[in-house]
Amino acid sequence: MNLYAIKAIYLFEMHRTWRTIMQSVISPVVSTSLYFVVFGSAIGGRIPEISGVSYGAFIVPGLIMLSLLTQSISNASFGIYFPKFVGTIYELLSAPVSYLEIVIAYVGAAATKSIILGVIILATAALFVPLRIEHPFVMLLFLVLTAVTFSMFGFIIGIWADGFEKLQLVPLMIITPLTFLGGSFYSIDMLPPFWQKVTLFNPVVYLISGFRWSFFGLSDVHIGTSLAMTALFLIACILILRWIFTTGYRLKS
Amino acid sequence: MSSAISVSSLYKTYSTGFEALKNINLDIRHGEIFALLGPNGAGKTTLISTICGIVNPTSGTILADGHDIIKEYRAARSKIGLVPQELTTDAFETVWNTVSFSRGLFGKPAKPAHIEKILKELSLWDKKDSKLMTLSGGMKRRVMIAKALSHEPEILFLDEPTAGVDVELRRDMWNVVRALRESGVTIILTTHYIEEAQQMADRIGVISHGEIILVEEKAELMRSLGRKQLRLFLQEKRDEVPEALAQYELELSSDGCELIYHYDTQKDRTGITALLKDLDKAGVRFKDIQTRESSLEEIFVNLVRERK
Repeated sequence: MNLYAIKAIYLFEMHRTWRTIMQSVISPVVSTSLYFVVFGSAIGGRIPEISGVSYGAFIVPGLIMLSLLTQSISNASFGIYFPKFVGTIYELLSAPVSYLEIVIAYVGAAATKSIILGVIILATAALFVPLRIEHPFVMLLFLVLTAVTFSMFGFIIGIWADGFEKLQLVPLMIITPLTFLGGSFYSIDMLPPFWQKVTLFNPVVYLISGFRWSFFGLSDVHIGTSLAMTALFLIACILILRWIFTTGYRLKS
Repeated sequence: MSSAISVSSLYKTYSTGFEALKNINLDIRHGEIFALLGPNGAGKTTLISTICGIVNPTSGTILADGHDIIKEYRAARSKIGLVPQELTTDAFETVWNTVSFSRGLFGKPAKPAHIEKILKELSLWDKKDSKLMTLSGGMKRRVMIAKALSHEPEILFLDEPTAGVDVELRRDMWNVVRALRESGVTIILTTHYIEEAQQMADRIGVISHGEIILVEEKAELMRSLGRKQLRLFLQEKRDEVPEALAQYELELSSDGCELIYHYDTQKDRTGITALLKDLDKAGVRFKDIQTRESSLEEIFVNLVRERK
């Protein structure tokens, strides 16, 4: 294991985070706070409790997931796309580092950043609505698992993208709709029966449902199913990454 | 003793079908400065990139200090430092950070004293806290060299290191290269400035259309192909070479003021004495004489032309 290399890349990426602290930490916190103000306080006051949980509190896990997913993807995709774009990737490719080490470093840094962000948003939410966390360890597990999985997904997008447009496309066109339609703002019980079935094809449903269960003990799908689906997605990402690195796809000619 | 770099039967065909390298066989000795010469698109950069792991070879094997660059990539790559042709830097990082980063990437523990030494040698010390984007092109080039030297490589690749570089930097760079060579580092460089290869290199390899045309000791190459020129500056302009001097295959300069005679220094008889006598007989008077060795440039141009 080239631990020095992992450390070097990890610190480099974290340094990038501090350098861009405004856009990487403050702006997600501001936009999430706006959701709380609008949906939690202004509109939420007129929405009845969902299974004994006030609407303002109900949307907290979904909002954290929303930021966690988008930030994990954008951090990790940008982290690997940028060296490709400016050409500094030559150094990574010519260095004595294994693919595993590269992934650990980049994904680790992206996941760290989004976990920190998730915790900050959680703390911000606690200022607006009373919160309780029934299963703190499961909550942490989901936080870490989701951050790692989607940072990997972002890393894949960063390698696949050959322009800034593609880099923006997936988060904007796929992740945001899936998160909004994945029960961030509602319980899927509220949907007509047909759409309840359709929505089960949305992987984000399982993440949000599981994460919400860790807070309030209520979920749309069983917690075991949620964990299994998340693990499945994680494994899929690992397999894709393995393929990318063994073929040198979009990295080496 | 194994070679610093040993390339055998290397082929590289890009996905576009372009054959960039064809059956490259090359051994680079420990501690030498090897210059790789070739016109644009000859395959110089592809060859270097393949050895350094940036481009996958289509077939063939490459050993770096005896280590296979694919099977034992860790051992092989940790010996190699690369200064690529393109100036690619992390605009927002400082000089110190980016050079330290490279050292870590190559698996070496931090060693500030070494980084300090390199930065001082490359006249970058007072810029160590500057962000890379604030540096001039020449300074960025120095940073690229510093990055490549950060992990104390035994083999250093310099891909067109002096392209677009000012005189001062070129001098600094060659001083660094000389010092590295003295400390036992093997250096492989590609360059367009042939006089540099001539000054610096121990051996020269010529590559053209993806094939190594020849590899030879520089002195040997100069000697075997070294022709000299004798230029006679005439007192009177002439329209043509006098009939009587036809056997010497003289060349008349375009302005008609110079006669040029080519001869081979390796021959017992260069024909100069006879030429001068015959010139006198033909009544050709001249005001000055100059002789000059062919430069590597001319040798190189001839070689490439011969192959076509």
